Amino acid sequence: MRLTGAQIVVECLKKEDVKVIFGIPGGVIMPLYDVLYSETSIKHILTRHEQGAAHAADGYARATGKVGVCMATSGPGATNLVTGLANAHLDSIPLVAFTGQVPTNLIGTDAFQEVDICGITLPITKNNYVVRDVKDLARIVQEAFYIARTGRPGPVLIDFPKDIQLAQTEFKYPESVSLNGYKPTFSGNVKQIKAAAQEIKSAKKPVIYAGGGVISSNASSELRDLALKTNIPVTTTLMGLGSFPETHSLSLGMLGMHGTPCANYAISDADLIIALGVRFDDRITGKLDEFALKAKIIHIDIDPAEVGKNILVDIPIIGDIKNILEKLNKYVLKKKETEWLNTIEDFKRRYPLKYIHNEELKPQYVMETISKIAKDNTIIVTSVGQHQMWAAQYYQYSEPRTFISSGGLGTMGYGFPAALGAKLGCPEKTVICISGDGSFQMNQQEIATAMNNNLAIKVIIMNNGYLGMVRQWQELFYDKRYAETTLNGNPDFVKLVEAYGGTGIRVNKKQELCPALEKALSLDKFVLIDCLIPREENVFPMVAPGSPISKMMGVE
Amino acid sequence: MRHTIAVLVKDHPGILARVASLFTRRGFNIESLAVGHTEETDISRMTIVVKGDERVLEQITKQLNKLIDVIRVKDISPNNSVERELALIKVNTNSLPARSEIIQTVDIFRANIIDVNSQIVTIETTGTEDKINALIELLRPFGLKEVVRTGKIAMSRGSVTTSGLKI
Ligand SMILES: Cc1ncc(C[n+]2csc(CCOP(=O)(O)OP(=O)(O)O)c2C)c(N)n1
Ligand SMILES: [Mg+2]
Repeated sequence: MRLTGAQIVVECLKKEDVKVIFGIPGGVIMPLYDVLYSETSIKHILTRHEQGAAHAADGYARATGKVGVCMATSGPGATNLVTGLANAHLDSIPLVAFTGQVPTNLIGTDAFQEVDICGITLPITKNNYVVRDVKDLARIVQEAFYIARTGRPGPVLIDFPKDIQLAQTEFKYPESVSLNGYKPTFSGNVKQIKAAAQEIKSAKKPVIYAGGGVISSNASSELRDLALKTNIPVTTTLMGLGSFPETHSLSLGMLGMHGTPCANYAISDADLIIALGVRFDDRITGKLDEFALKAKIIHIDIDPAEVGKNILVDIPIIGDIKNILEKLNKYVLKKKETEWLNTIEDFKRRYPLKYIHNEELKPQYVMETISKIAKDNTIIVTSVGQHQMWAAQYYQYSEPRTFISSGGLGTMGYGFPAALGAKLGCPEKTVICISGDGSFQMNQQEIATAMNNNLAIKVIIMNNGYLGMVRQWQELFYDKRYAETTLNGNPDFVKLVEAYGGTGIRVNKKQELCPALEKALSLDKFVLIDCLIPREENVFPMVAPGSPISKMMGVE
Repeated sequence: MRHTIAVLVKDHPGILARVASLFTRRGFNIESLAVGHTEETDISRMTIVVKGDERVLEQITKQLNKLIDVIRVKDISPNNSVERELALIKVNTNSLPARSEIIQTVDIFRANIIDVNSQIVTIETTGTEDKINALIELLRPFGLKEVVRTGKIAMSRGSVTTSGLKI
């Protein structure tokens, strides 16, 4: 069958089972949009900014485990995707982005709306391509999806010149991908797995440290089997929230800068750390030289480059976590280190997460209340700042892919569009976006996208009138000099959604919260709740940057 | 510690930028980089000399391996390999005695004179880095006008190949 480049892409998208695309059209990508116009099996969601499209595709990918797809025109459309790609790159999220490009004969001439998007995104994509010959197109699209979702997942960009969209060739989808430079290791080395089982057997104070890799390899149930069989307590990173049920007595909650005292103490005291799909980021380790000094480390990860990057590892195991844990679970023996578990219980009892309960509408209380009211499979999506940390600390996650947040890049404005993507991926689930007043304004134009597509997500704004997290650092480390962190001129968020025809509810007082939440959850439409929280509430515990994680501010 | 690594890459546009950007971004220091075709069509070989301890080398190797178009990365250890570099050296030859002394030095080093006029001679030499350094130092007093070096290329000794495919 002879098809144009644009038709070929759409055929490839169908082969890859793509159901939803997020994007905005423009000059040089019009041939592709023209084909999409008459394609009924793929839904295109018109966002109001390309950053929104990239984050929505990312939220879709995190909620479903599938590859998210976004597209944009050349030049400004392409550069607007950049933050979203970097965000997906740092959190290892599978995305494929298509950008229009000026015709091949104009590339390199500074033509209208020409940017070298492959050059720009070189360090923030897993791979990228400029299609220079329509004959390569089907192979490239297939490779892009394959690379995005396999190994350590990540974003792949395809730059698609206009003349190639129009050029014709015989369409044939390659039977399989063959890339001799790309062969991710899947099954772990059995000798290493046995060695790990041996270490687990002799450990007196073991801790499991689980991250985003557990979620991306769909290994939550294997993780649970391991923990339950060996009675090893589990702490997760921000990215790993939901990989192990926080309601379980073996759960220590999150570790790191804003982690629970018991998680940070347990890690600091441990004699064995089983690190699963993590990268020993500085937000986790605090002062690296003092991190987990007494512990041997087993590190299981799909990416060999993560093993030994920040910290020396005793037993590295490279491969897919699910696959490795299935085997490891056969080799480990049942065990229970009662003394260690008692110590952990003691940490939990003596140092719970705490805040001052009073008449005010505390953000921690808001999160606890949502946690009580929301169903187990509710998806919580956050933006970046204090509200993100409260959402991580005070909501109890029990299932994977129910906590979606920008971890590595810490992108303000991520939450709202990502929540829209999550809702499109999981229409049957309740999706709640927890945003700051600052973050929301970074992508609030997407209210139109929500209204336009009847996306019944619930946005809860933790409105403190500040760029709160930065203000907190200024309070603690800059002598309360609040340089440019006061958000004067905030809109009335209730009126703002109303202007789009949506529903807004303001919550001023503690008593108003439950009724507002219940109302919002009962309505099958987009609802925004503006919670006016105490302006200078802080996130504790907190490990000051550069301190060891056992030294937490706000813990006596 | 200096290491010589051989990197086999798919001959795609942009691969050089990808490799170079990886080194800059992660703060690895390239001492020299030489690129050229190999016995296989579509596969190029980069010989990269880098500075760093074992851990740095390990990270470089792993990060390079993550690039989709990188097919193989190999540390070419010096005891088990042959290494060569090519240099072109342009030297002042204002006085006759200087000229004959230069010619003698060139002979001792088994280098070649490939261009000459009343003002200069241009010398071509191949060898190990040390040999080239030594020659340059001997020529320096005459007045070096220009030095061009290719950067080192290297190969394992015996029947071992980097691609490991065949001999
Ligand atoms: C795009 C972007 N710009 C700046 C920052 C730095 N930053 C981190 S948190 C934060 C404040 C966030 O304010 P808000 O969304 O109101 O959340 P709050 O901390 O008040 O809950 C800022 C400015 C960032 N993370 N992302
Ligand atoms: Mg705020």
